[in-house]
Amino acid sequence: MKIAVCIKAVPETDTRIRIAADGRSIDRTDVKFIISPYDEFALEEAVRLKEAKGGQVVAVSLGGDEVPNLLREALARGADEALHISGDGVAVDDPLCVGKTLAAALKTLTPDIVFFGKHGVGGDNQQVHAIVAEKLGWPQVTVVTKLEIGDGRLRAEREIEGGIEVVETPLPAVIGAQKGLNEPRYPKLQSIMQAKKKPLVIKTFADFGLTAAEVGPEAAGLMITALRLPPPRQAGRKITGDPAQQVGELMAALQNEVKVI
Amino acid sequence: MSAPRPAPKTTAAYPKGGSFLLEMVSPQDVFTPEDFNDEQRLIAKTTADFVNQEVLPNMEKLEEQYKTGDFSLTVNLLRKAADIGLLSGDIPAKYGGLELDKVCQMLVSEFISRSGGFSVSLGGHTGIGTWPITYFGTPEQKAYYLPKLGSGEWLAAYALSEPGSGSDALGARTKAVLNEEGTHYILNGTKMWISNAGFADIFIVFCKVDGEKFSAFIVHRDYPGVSTGKEENKMGIHSSSTRQLILENVPVPKENLLGEIGKGHLIAFNCLNLGRYKLGGGVVGGAKSILEHTAKYAMERKQFDRPIGSFGAIKYKIGEMVARIYATESMSYRTAGLIHNILADVDADDAERILKGIEEYAIECSIMKVYGSEMLGYVADEAVQTFGGYGYSEEYPVARAYRDARINRIFEGTNEINRLLIPGMLLKRGMRGELPIMQAVQNVLDELLAGPSFDEVEDTPLAKERKAIVDCKKIALLIAGAAVQKYGQKLSEEQEVLIAFSDIAMDVFAMESSYLRALKLHQGRLHEITTRDALAATQVFINDAVGRIELTARRILPTLSEGDNLRIQLAAVKRFSKYDLVDTVQLRRYLAERAFEVRGYPVFSI
Repeated sequence: MKIAVCIKAVPETDTRIRIAADGRSIDRTDVKFIISPYDEFALEEAVRLKEAKGGQVVAVSLGGDEVPNLLREALARGADEALHISGDGVAVDDPLCVGKTLAAALKTLTPDIVFFGKHGVGGDNQQVHAIVAEKLGWPQVTVVTKLEIGDGRLRAEREIEGGIEVVETPLPAVIGAQKGLNEPRYPKLQSIMQAKKKPLVIKTFADFGLTAAEVGPEAAGLMITALRLPPPRQAGRKITGDPAQQVGELMAALQNEVKVI
Repeated sequence: MSAPRPAPKTTAAYPKGGSFLLEMVSPQDVFTPEDFNDEQRLIAKTTADFVNQEVLPNMEKLEEQYKTGDFSLTVNLLRKAADIGLLSGDIPAKYGGLELDKVCQMLVSEFISRSGGFSVSLGGHTGIGTWPITYFGTPEQKAYYLPKLGSGEWLAAYALSEPGSGSDALGARTKAVLNEEGTHYILNGTKMWISNAGFADIFIVFCKVDGEKFSAFIVHRDYPGVSTGKEENKMGIHSSSTRQLILENVPVPKENLLGEIGKGHLIAFNCLNLGRYKLGGGVVGGAKSILEHTAKYAMERKQFDRPIGSFGAIKYKIGEMVARIYATESMSYRTAGLIHNILADVDADDAERILKGIEEYAIECSIMKVYGSEMLGYVADEAVQTFGGYGYSEEYPVARAYRDARINRIFEGTNEINRLLIPGMLLKRGMRGELPIMQAVQNVLDELLAGPSFDEVEDTPLAKERKAIVDCKKIALLIAGAAVQKYGQKLSEEQEVLIAFSDIAMDVFAMESSYLRALKLHQGRLHEITTRDALAATQVFINDAVGRIELTARRILPTLSEGDNLRIQLAAVKRFSKYDLVDTVQLRRYLAERAFEVRGYPVFSI
């Protein structure tokens, strides 16, 4: 089987995010990037599928110089080759442009199945895998917690509100992995050391026959205009005194300060 | 981020071991944790994941095993560690090993050490249990044993100490005599404090052939006459097995001799040296883990309606922990880089050159051992203090950490033995003409005669600290010169003097390693918060180290000199310890705040 897995580099989840001077992006100083946590389930599932059915796993990521380290990690975790699509010239904040670029790249790879995380943490758009499926004309199943691959078909269980939905689709298809799909394993030292011998190629959008008019800034349907941190949490206040006093003070606060009563 | 630089072709280009006392180096020539490459980071991460997911959840059970003597949980975990490659880092590829570089090995050792006593079991096997075969075995022995040791099929132990011989290892009384047929050596004796004795399949046993020639043998647990004593009731590292190994007329095939008859001391001392190297990484991991617990507790525990971490008394402790961990981490990885470079073009199966390379930095390894174990002792002690009554309870993790830390000052050569080794090795290299120590001493004396210079300290970052380091090296040389002049060849009998000198030399190495790392960060990553942290830790450390060095020098000089000579030397110490003191209260508060922010060690994380 030919298996592709798309991973996104995101800031480590406990990073203290600062807004950059332009007010529209994050300050990358001191930020460490990791594989988006849901993409780890996608990668693990891809590797397990290869182990069970045989084949090749190619890991794909679009972005800047934060990407190669994470692709090496994907290779250490069991991918066989890696493709870094340079983010230069691509409107990387626009899911449509990202989706178009990935779809064009995946088309050249001709996989039987493509794994994504159900969403990339940080941006939380939950769009790219759907766009890729649409552009490739393939079925898409997302929030997947269980997956079985048969002959040219797959059977997936997906989380829906209050229950589980079981679906079947033909292959090739696009999968959005949910937590619970598997338990990612940490890579062995042996495979970490072998990772550097596996191929990691870098390409640009032009290599897939795309133009700036299709995926560049001018094509972007969406532009981030401002990025703000949530306001810092106000310190709590302790109300003291006898019960009658406390009730009085609390009522006053709720009416006059918080204005909820 | 770069890996350590590849080694230059000629050995003359390497900094000589111990040369830190005589010269200054450029920050770009030292390896620092910021230089780890992605592969090294990933290996560290896997090690951390293994400890967090497999070992720590089992800690309580691991710590109880010594009561029944059933160590099957430890054995299972060691086999799991083997499966992901953690037992074969030092083993050459041709015997199924991974040939990890020395920086990587220190990193693995740092992260394994977060597993308390389990790390002693693992290190006892991969280190002193396996190294004697890796570095001294015949090709046949290596081919037979190393694949089994790397895969965890067999587990190993190292048996050197005896009830009557600890520091005086060569005073062993265990005896080996060749049988009449000339096929087997018959071993008799008792070995003491043998880590892994409860489950090891093979033991590296040191003994004297015919009661005279110190030698090492590979002894299998299932040979007739081999037995172990009961589990020792130890103060700490309860999750490791420690027993006596009892040998009663044990027939050991003569093919099991390791190295040459009468050359066992080479095996024993080289392995201890390697062990000190690993320990330098281990203490850093242990201390960071304790700091994480302490920082979290100090933020959560409230007294007088405030988190105790908001009080200066606690901030002082946390800030000091950060500074000391930083200094130790800086010198451990600096040494790792030195060893990595000297071994970069050496074949992993070329034992002779590997041992020679590591031996070059034996002084630095001893410093890491002593300094690191005492740093860990400080961190564990102040952690218990921060936890107060709860720290004295086994309900919280710091009580165990406190008990576990203590052994580090004892094993791999006591800190006293190592403090004596440091000046011993330096002077020996001076005598052999490998290190121009006496010339350096003479330069200091000439400078004294020339009178003080009034050079302005340059207005560059850490220029003041640089000058303090240069001057403290002069104090060390002054003491060395005075000691050699007074005692000559008999200096080795003057242990108090040797230890005072070692204390100064260790502080110099720690100061300089801290300084070089901070400067390297300043030159390369000016705006990062790591750089600010490193600068603060460096200043706190150097500020106090200069005071310690001055005090030690003033304490020991009256033993070495008298009259005018003494007066001149004391004046020199005063001149060389001149340092514009800094506000360390603010700096320690800053470091503590940063530790609270990241809930642990702020300067570096994988």
